[in-house]
Amino acid sequence: MKLRFRGLVALIAALSLVLAACGGDSEETATTGATGSDTTTTEDMGDGDSGGELTGEVRLDGSSTVGPLSEVAAELYMAQQPGVRVTVAISGTGGGFQKFCIGETDANNSSRPISDEEIEICTENGIGFDFIQAANDALSVVVSADLPVECMTVAQVNQIWGAGSTVLTWGDVDGLDLPEDVASQPLTPYGPGSDSGTFDYFTEEINGEVGNIRNDYIDIGEDDLAAVRAIEGDPYATGYIPFSYYQEAGDAVKALAIDDGNGCVEATPENVSNLSYTPLGRGLFVYFSDSALARPEVLDFAEFYIDNAEEIAELAEFVPMTADQIEEQRAKIAALVGG
Amino acid sequence: MTAGSTEPRTKRVALATSGARAATLAALQSSSQRDKVVHTVFISMMLIALGLALLGLVSLIVFMAIEGGPRLQWELLTGVPSTISPETAGFRTAILGTLYVIGGVVLLIVPLGVGAAIYLEEYADSTKWWNRLIELNIQNLAGVPSIVFGILGLAFIVRGPISIGFVAAAGSLTLALLVLPTVILAGREAIRAVPPSITDGSLALGATRWQTIKGQVLPAALPGILTGIILAVARAIGEAAPLLLVGAVTFVTFNPKFFADGYSTLPVMIFQYANRPQEEFRILAAAGVIVMLVLVLLMNSLAVWLRDRFERRW
Amino acid sequence: MLDTPMAASSAGADVRRSLEAASPRYGEKAIKVFLFACAAISVAVTVAIVISLFVPTFSFFQEVSIVEFFTGTLWAPAFSNASFGVLPIVVGTAIVVVISLGVAIPIGLLSSIYLSEYAPAGVRRVIKPALEVLAGIPTVAIGLFAFWFMRPLAESLLPFLTWQGPFSIGVAAVAVGLLIVPVITSVSDDAMRAVPMSLREGAFALGASKFEVSTKIVFPAAISGIVAAVVLAGSRAVGETMVVLIAAGAGNPRLTFDPTKGVQTMTSFIAGRATGDIATGTIVYDTIFAVGALLFISTLVLNMIAIRFVRRFREVYE
Repeated sequence: MKLRFRGLVALIAALSLVLAACGGDSEETATTGATGSDTTTTEDMGDGDSGGELTGEVRLDGSSTVGPLSEVAAELYMAQQPGVRVTVAISGTGGGFQKFCIGETDANNSSRPISDEEIEICTENGIGFDFIQAANDALSVVVSADLPVECMTVAQVNQIWGAGSTVLTWGDVDGLDLPEDVASQPLTPYGPGSDSGTFDYFTEEINGEVGNIRNDYIDIGEDDLAAVRAIEGDPYATGYIPFSYYQEAGDAVKALAIDDGNGCVEATPENVSNLSYTPLGRGLFVYFSDSALARPEVLDFAEFYIDNAEEIAELAEFVPMTADQIEEQRAKIAALVGG
Repeated sequence: MTAGSTEPRTKRVALATSGARAATLAALQSSSQRDKVVHTVFISMMLIALGLALLGLVSLIVFMAIEGGPRLQWELLTGVPSTISPETAGFRTAILGTLYVIGGVVLLIVPLGVGAAIYLEEYADSTKWWNRLIELNIQNLAGVPSIVFGILGLAFIVRGPISIGFVAAAGSLTLALLVLPTVILAGREAIRAVPPSITDGSLALGATRWQTIKGQVLPAALPGILTGIILAVARAIGEAAPLLLVGAVTFVTFNPKFFADGYSTLPVMIFQYANRPQEEFRILAAAGVIVMLVLVLLMNSLAVWLRDRFERRW
Repeated sequence: MLDTPMAASSAGADVRRSLEAASPRYGEKAIKVFLFACAAISVAVTVAIVISLFVPTFSFFQEVSIVEFFTGTLWAPAFSNASFGVLPIVVGTAIVVVISLGVAIPIGLLSSIYLSEYAPAGVRRVIKPALEVLAGIPTVAIGLFAFWFMRPLAESLLPFLTWQGPFSIGVAAVAVGLLIVPVITSVSDDAMRAVPMSLREGAFALGASKFEVSTKIVFPAAISGIVAAVVLAGSRAVGETMVVLIAAGAGNPRLTFDPTKGVQTMTSFIAGRATGDIATGTIVYDTIFAVGALLFISTLVLNMIAIRFVRRFREVYE
């Protein structure tokens, strides 16, 4: 008897939990729209079917940098089209392309252009694709706010980070002209692991080859903020992180201006947007497969992404594209819709 | 018997006894002082050790409660993940995902685990090499790291021969294989504890092997088997590593389905939230940990209650 | 009728015949086959694990020399000047095992001696479930606790050590130690309780103190079970993934023995690489399987050793 009573209570408790959960479904749309300033953005939404009749699914995977951007896009899109299930996974740009090129996903979030090897795999599996640019991004080289260095040339960054680097103290870097007490301090480099698109991009742009990097830097893995915390703890540390993380970081760290031959260019949203912050400015892309774009909900989602690119980038705290870039993407989508 | 000859013998015995007693007392008493010191030191060492273990447990719970405290509201359970507004994000899809995945795990491990345990204890001839191989195999599988099961899941279940894709069922299957040895070993212990007299009596009355198992052994072994299942489920609920490899997707705002793409579970989502930079996500992750801890406590209490309630003394 | 032996025995034969089953009971056979299949699935699982690990490992070793793999001290498979010496992550795993056992053995054994020999029944009824709760805590939670709380605490308590960055394998290993205490206590407790009371009583009767009985009689008698407990705990420490993934970070390609730094272990490497950026089918991706195979073999060996010891203690007393 006792067992049955308790079992009944447990059953009822479980059922009510499930019911409450299912009941939460209808409130979900309201919740997304009801948070502070987001209310206006949901209502301001640009084109894209606001009728809400589409159904189906859109599966995205890929970069951990672009992921949050796509997640924002997915949230906003599903508020308008609750019948479409959009999922965003994070397997890394390369891991994502792997799945993309064998047809396991509809779209790949990518912090770098697709590589030749990956194109080969896609062709082998009969996957045609196209891509849109979703936002701009940059890598910032960060140091402590107290360090008396404001700008570095690409050559100097390469000297610090390249494979076979012999830079152990700040004084070892050519041409920095530091006071003696700073020059004698050990330079401790922090960077993401080789699994990261950020790693790929940085090594290629600064050291000339993907994976070309000194082998004694401290690997912070997936946690880009770890570099910031490290620098907060050690004023002579340095690292490179995505720009969006630098913006979150606060006053203890500063991003160096980079001189790519045209003078020192500061790492600001404007310089990233107007493409003067080279070579560490980059575009963030979403690759869609042709077979996926043939489905109305995927095409609609791609369209939505471009039409609302500015709001999405702002909400996700990324650097939005310039007006010209957006026009370019709009034309691309129009061609896809038309063709 | 002459009275005269017993008197000296009794006296001799009495003398010998008192001598022995004196010697024993002397031996015992001489070390009693040192004994007390050693005893006290030892007891304090043990209590410190136990205390450290319990301190670790308690400080973890308290720390998570403090960190996650601000987000302990009902929205935590009913809200969906949101990158835009982490203040209202919740774990609903992850909780449902966990329920689905664990539901699948239970559906698999009960028949397979209990079946295997029954076979090994009741039917298997342990001199046959294949039965010994199976036994050894199960004991080894119990110790294989969970990430290896993740690799297995990715290669065989998601892709490979079974190829069902990154769906909740794949997660269930992977976790079921992971915890199956636990269920089998616990089931074997429970069945072994049933006295042979019960089995023999049933067989003697003409019941078949299976009738005996169904009618006598299983009911008697049930609490032990149930405890094993509950402990296996508790372990499966907390596993994240293998699911990372079989696609427990981060961002899912709709309710999962068993064979549809897109699911997440509570520990995986906690892990993903903890990796985000914003402070609100860290609080959310800690709050999620509290939800998990409550779940674990509930399951463990259920197991203890079951054990107490149904424990039979032979 | 039964007055002659012949008549009696033939009547007995009739009774005997009627006790035999009327039909060959195919149902029973079917059940036995089904149950055998349930048990045999475990063999299928092991075969599947072996195939999924060793086939890519084989192709991995076509490209990378085994000698370099096992003796190299630089683990940088994804760098442009790739290096495949696995020792750094093996040492990482070893550091975790050594430190975690160093924490868990004293705590675990002392606790189990207390629970088995000294604790009053009421205390035991409360503490045992508490330790089971510790065993059930999700490893994600323990990893986050180590990363958010234990590491900063360690740095503030021991500021003179060479901390660097937010990760530390030593701290992660202590957390793993806490995690494996229940493994040691439950198995040792079983082993010690299996020691017959008669041994203890005999010793008490001879005037031994409780301390002497616990340490000189029960402990040595249960030693195989205790060794099994330690080995099982070690195996668990080798296979632990989430705690080291979160709290020990990824270190750097060089070999180091320094526990204050972040260092990668075999398990965190697999988890990181498999969820990361590298394309499948490349040698870099195949490192997952090579390291996975190494991990599988290590835990297999440890478990075989533990099983040997468990069998010994079971045989003696059951």
